[in-house]
Amino acid sequence: MAEGMVGASRSGQWVAHFLLVIGVIVVAFPIYYVTIASTHPIQTILRPPLPLLPGDAGLANYAEAIGGGVGRIGGVGVGRLLWNTTLVAVSVAVGKIVISIASAYAIVFFRFPLRMVFFWLIFITLMLPVEVRILPTYKVMVDLRLIDTYAGLILPLIASATATLLFRQFFMTIPNELLEAARVDGAGPWRFFRDILLPLSATNIAALFVITFIYGWTQYLWPLLVTNSNSMNTIIIALRKMISFADADTPWNLVMVTCVFAILPPILVVVLMQRWFVKGLVETEK
Amino acid sequence: MATVALRDVRKSYGTNAVIHGVSIEIADGEFIVIVGPSGCGKSTLLRMVAGLEPITSGTIEIGGRVVNDLEPRARDIAMVFQNYALYPHMSVFDNMAYGLRIGGIRGAELRARVEQTAAMLELTPYLDRKPRQLSGGQRQRVAMGRALVRGPAAFLLDEPLSNLDAKLRVGMRLRIKDLQRSVGTTALYVTHDQVEAMTLADRLIVMNGGVAEQIDTPMRIYLEPATTFVAGFIGSPAMNILPAQGTEQGVLLGAVPLALGRPAPGRDVLLGIRPEDLTVAPEGEGLPLTIRAVELLGADAYAHGEIAGGGEMVVRVPGKKALSPGARVGVLPAPGLAHFFDPATGRRLP
Ligand SMILES: Nc1ncnc2c1ncn2[C@@H]1O[C@H](COP(=O)(O)OP(=O)(O)O)[C@@H](O)[C@H]1O
Ligand SMILES: [Mg+2]
Repeated sequence: MAEGMVGASRSGQWVAHFLLVIGVIVVAFPIYYVTIASTHPIQTILRPPLPLLPGDAGLANYAEAIGGGVGRIGGVGVGRLLWNTTLVAVSVAVGKIVISIASAYAIVFFRFPLRMVFFWLIFITLMLPVEVRILPTYKVMVDLRLIDTYAGLILPLIASATATLLFRQFFMTIPNELLEAARVDGAGPWRFFRDILLPLSATNIAALFVITFIYGWTQYLWPLLVTNSNSMNTIIIALRKMISFADADTPWNLVMVTCVFAILPPILVVVLMQRWFVKGLVETEK
Repeated sequence: MATVALRDVRKSYGTNAVIHGVSIEIADGEFIVIVGPSGCGKSTLLRMVAGLEPITSGTIEIGGRVVNDLEPRARDIAMVFQNYALYPHMSVFDNMAYGLRIGGIRGAELRARVEQTAAMLELTPYLDRKPRQLSGGQRQRVAMGRALVRGPAAFLLDEPLSNLDAKLRVGMRLRIKDLQRSVGTTALYVTHDQVEAMTLADRLIVMNGGVAEQIDTPMRIYLEPATTFVAGFIGSPAMNILPAQGTEQGVLLGAVPLALGRPAPGRDVLLGIRPEDLTVAPEGEGLPLTIRAVELLGADAYAHGEIAGGGEMVVRVPGKKALSPGARVGVLPAPGLAHFFDPATGRRLP
């Protein structure tokens, strides 16, 4: 199908490939460059231009970063940073998915009073991203004594309507007869959800997991605000703290290693989940 | 297996009444077909029996128990949907087993029941496949299997064959009838196709605009349609229905006297004659007809013409003696096979 879409002619294919290659270079080069930088000693990094090939300080840099180097600068080790960030990103992703799939299920498949009012209430929260409601949210977190806790990091990031809308749109494409067939077969609301809706939503869930995991992983403003203690830092915050204004004071080699650690998990999630959507698409497509 | 009874069942959506009171007592094992044009409320009626649609008033009994307020699963019915509604992510086996599993049947018994039903429908080789790996006819059989395997009190089928091509449809029609006979389960079957209706039904419900116009055996409906609507809907091509007047000897159609039945003299009636109850005679005998078009089907041909004094008429003639357009002939109605209806109410006159 794809071949048919982009010009059938040979020259058309060359042009298409050329554009794709350019695209890949634009996207991949910074990542490559960071990875290369993480293998050079700080002196090489500070003396531009940075070589395009790996240096020989890779082992030393990584050993130093893992063996306490990051801790000395940021106040907390790489392991802890990765654990914090993973916990936040996974909880945000799972939390958003659970809440949004449940609310979309209620809105699409049940008739209850004020159904549309609830729908619009959820919809309106789309217009209130974390940044807009940051002061009141911060106040609430202080009142609830959630500063410097995982709950404080996670909960405000879970609330949002985007995923609810996506699930609602998907649920509305499910033929009503499928629900009716399940009712005739004796499935109650919970069974229908578990046995039919959830498996059919697998690809959507996988896609949303990737998007929301990365959203949680790359949060900057909220974690910065809601954590004071270094031990609650996410890796993104730690990176910021490791960079001082004077270039020479920054241990760039360790920063680059930390960058690689910060990039790796999202890439892994994308790669692993990608195989999963393909499987989902092949198996459940109607 | 169970009796089903509907007593003055009505349905309104808001102020819009769509079923205006249907009553029928269905015997155990009977095959009832609900037939009527699109939008007349057939599906709504069936879905009310299934419990998928609440009823506005009246009662529905299944097996002697009023089920008005019961969920579908508590009514012990199985349904086949027009688009089959198979669970796309489950194998054929799991599609058929789902209802049984919910009913608490497990292990060897589950396997045995599904396999036996699959064998009956020749689905055994496909048990591991997903619905999208099946042809239309196979999917249809899975939908049938899902209903059969549960051994319910009644089958409800909503246009189950309308997504199949014509040849498969005929085959499946015979098969459904056979299966229903062999398991002896009461069935309610909705269709808009009158051939399906005639061939399948023990009794037919002919619906029009939310009203059951006639409930009877197919042959009695064909021979004695209760209203002009039923007369026009059952039988193909449709019955000729023309205004006429009663006389001492019979009826006056246009200016032509015909010795057919005997409505009260002077009374205006609607005269109904089926195309197959007319024979062609030489010009000058019977009712003069000018042929305008001929549909040749092989064995038979249908000649469409205009009678003297206005009005259209269709006559069935043998294919080998097909008339040509422009011909002028006479037609003779078979005595005793004419139908009379009240022009005001459309009801059959005795
Ligand atoms: N959910 C609904 N809300 C309002 N009107 C409906 C609804 N479902 C069906 N109808 C109306 O009820 C009538 C009968 O519909 P239906 O039973 O589907 O007809 P059939 O199956 O005979 O084609 C139609 O006029 C349709 O517009
Ligand atoms: Mg219908």
